[in-house]
Amino acid sequence: MLWTFHGGLHLDDHKALSANKAQIPMLLPDVLILPLQQHIGLPATPFIQVGDNVLKGQMIAHCGSRFTPHPRSAPIHAPTSGTVLAIEDHPVLHPSGLSAPCVVIQTDGQEQWRERQPIDDFLHAERAVLHRAVMKAGIVGLGGAGFPSHLKLEPNSIDTLIINGAECEPYITCDDHLMQHNSDEVVQGACIFARIIGGVKRCIIAIEDNKPQALAAIQQSVAQLQCKTPIVVIAIPTLYPTGGERQLIKVLTGKEVPLGKIPAHLNIIMHNVATSAAVYRAVAKDEPMIARLVTVTGKAVKNAGNVSVLLGTPIDSLLRHCGCDRQNAPVMIGGPMMGMQATTAMPVIKTTNCILAYDSTEMPAQQQARACIRCGRCADVCPVQLLPQQLYWYTKTKDFNQLEQHNLNACIECGCCAYVCPSHIPLVQYYRHAKSGVRQRAVDKKNAEIAKRRNEFKLFRLEREKAERQARHEAKKARTLNKTEKPEDNSDKQALIQAAIARAKAKKAAQQAQQNQDNTAL
Amino acid sequence: MMNALPTSSPFVHSDNQVQSLMLQVLAALLPGLMAYIYFFGWGVLINLCYASVLALALEALMLWLRRRPLLTTLSDGSVLVTASLLALALPPLAPWWLLFIGLIFAVVFAKHLYGGLGQNLFNPAMVAYAVLLISFPAQMSFWPVIAELSHYQPSFIDSFKLIFFETLPTGFGLDALTSATSLDTMKNLLDQAQNIAMIKKEPIFGDFGAKGWEWINNGYLLGGLWLIYRGVIRWHIPVAVLGSLFLTATLFFFLDSDVHPSPLFHMFSGAAILGAFFIATDPVTAATSTKGKLIFGFGIGVLIYVIRTWGSYPDAVAFSVLIMNMFVPMLDYYSKPRVFGTTNHPMKNDDHAV
Repeated sequence: MLWTFHGGLHLDDHKALSANKAQIPMLLPDVLILPLQQHIGLPATPFIQVGDNVLKGQMIAHCGSRFTPHPRSAPIHAPTSGTVLAIEDHPVLHPSGLSAPCVVIQTDGQEQWRERQPIDDFLHAERAVLHRAVMKAGIVGLGGAGFPSHLKLEPNSIDTLIINGAECEPYITCDDHLMQHNSDEVVQGACIFARIIGGVKRCIIAIEDNKPQALAAIQQSVAQLQCKTPIVVIAIPTLYPTGGERQLIKVLTGKEVPLGKIPAHLNIIMHNVATSAAVYRAVAKDEPMIARLVTVTGKAVKNAGNVSVLLGTPIDSLLRHCGCDRQNAPVMIGGPMMGMQATTAMPVIKTTNCILAYDSTEMPAQQQARACIRCGRCADVCPVQLLPQQLYWYTKTKDFNQLEQHNLNACIECGCCAYVCPSHIPLVQYYRHAKSGVRQRAVDKKNAEIAKRRNEFKLFRLEREKAERQARHEAKKARTLNKTEKPEDNSDKQALIQAAIARAKAKKAAQQAQQNQDNTAL
Repeated sequence: MMNALPTSSPFVHSDNQVQSLMLQVLAALLPGLMAYIYFFGWGVLINLCYASVLALALEALMLWLRRRPLLTTLSDGSVLVTASLLALALPPLAPWWLLFIGLIFAVVFAKHLYGGLGQNLFNPAMVAYAVLLISFPAQMSFWPVIAELSHYQPSFIDSFKLIFFETLPTGFGLDALTSATSLDTMKNLLDQAQNIAMIKKEPIFGDFGAKGWEWINNGYLLGGLWLIYRGVIRWHIPVAVLGSLFLTATLFFFLDSDVHPSPLFHMFSGAAILGAFFIATDPVTAATSTKGKLIFGFGIGVLIYVIRTWGSYPDAVAFSVLIMNMFVPMLDYYSKPRVFGTTNHPMKNDDHAV
């Protein structure tokens, strides 16, 4: 039985441009540009020098010490053999259009592998061994999120493993292609996931019903391969954005992941089909994350299709390889609903699932936005059941209380609202802006709190110093008095003792205050 | 051309356009309009054209005064919908200045002084209608006699003269041209303690409502259903308006059918259908959430019955819509849908309530 979520869209999927075509042969470009951050988490640090020779699959950067990689990061490997040309900043795919540090490798065309140690009997291997293999291979969520996969393989109380083959975004067909041609890898990857997590009672491979060939191929592989965990293949109705993690969980299980929680809260874990295949290759072939299947499509591409691309391949050489001569013109990375605009100088990274070289007929120019007429179409299609038109008003008026009250942070930026808006208001842009405003407000609030404490401490310190000065002054006065009158009493000593006690008290209080402040700063 | 893309996703867009929505609303008025012309002559068409031109001019003037982009806003078609609804709501041979004053209230006061399209709290056409009804009750009851009951049907030229120069055709008094509406007649005769069966024998009554008007309302109904089919409006408001009007009328009809007209009479008289499909569904001034829309429509339907039956005005769509317009911000606030992944009922956790 399947459930539904609110809203969603039936989009023109344009998948026929690239689907069901023979795989385009791999390209070995002269230069590979590998950003040190291709994932969510800490960036990797290179431990090779300019001029070093590297072998295919050799780890060249990770976060942490050489032998214990930091778990909240993912290592980077040389996609082919060659020489390190430079470690320098280079434009990468980022919303702000910034450059970021990259390792540039001159390829030698030899494709010379490092020594490999595949785990043949992976279905019976130690969990920790498999987990370490995944971590060392630098595998991240290939559906687009780029979250380090090994972090989603911790053995907590997970009982349901979902392999996401929905691929609901228009134009993109790389998962479809992978499932058709490497279905065994996907299914065996799922078995490895189940083995690593342990305790998985069921595994669901969910595929949108507009991919019948992929469905058939996966079903065949599931029937043929032996896996301890029961695997079911489920065809789900085609509806954007079913491929969203929370939406897919709702469709398959009827459960909603609570806002602010992760699927593990419901004992569910989800991995993308491409991640699954990558895990299989990492374990069974000791082939780290050095290449991925990329859909190169769009009407400007003569030879559209899917191609296995070495990470770091510059987009312009990839486009030329596919019969699209487009220098320095914008392309899109990802699909038209959630993708980003990029330039052809940027490289393919782990999360690049699609290069879309569009022509002007495919992507209409932004129309001038008109006034919101509150028609509510946006609310009708919102998969999270927000009221986008209200959020829009509150964004315009910077009413952050109302934005939080209306659960702005639940927005998944799927773009359905902006897609249907008859006034052509770029709603998602407004929400991104508003989200950063909400975040900034939280930061400001915290900073203000710290500043307040600092100020309080300063006032306290001034008070204390004043008291100390006063005490010293009193003592001095008493001494002078003693000298002149020389009375045989110990008021002098008394004053000194009093001053010392006051100092000690003040010091203690100061320490206390400092400690409080540190606690808040943390 | 490449640079003209949106700065961030999504980069594709549906065919929805404000203009096309407004044009579809106008197109959906056509069946009713044609029936109107058939039964009551050319007056309504003259008024409609006059109102459209005047409304565009007033909107242009306001946009110019407010330093707003002229063409993009004028071309959205919203002011044409307002003008058409007002023209259809007024008596078809009403003098020109009635529409003139009405449109000034609709476009200048109810729309632009609130901040233009999307910002107005009250339905502009209904604001104008209410102002006119209160200020000029005589002119607002200048309803023509249906063609088949009249000895005289004004020609196009006569209608034009009547509207713009207030010259009556030779040989006819005002009484010969006008009559009370069915709702008016019903109300007056009920006040004179007649029962429904007797009242219904009056020649102006047809099968359900008033002769002629039934067909005009059928035309509006057809257009309204087409709008729902096209997805221009959603079903919630029309169904709630007509449903609640029907239910309330049914309740009283069964209590005493001698003094309470049938529910069908209520549905097919006056502006109930036009109001349900074309006026209450104005997205700017209606509630936006599904639950809010149902409550909004329900309130209008009940109010129509209450004001028609116990109020001092025979028809009540304008007042009902305006009253419910006032509740829209509250309805929107308290009918928020449950957001995915949350369990909170919107009424709870209400720290920031307005």
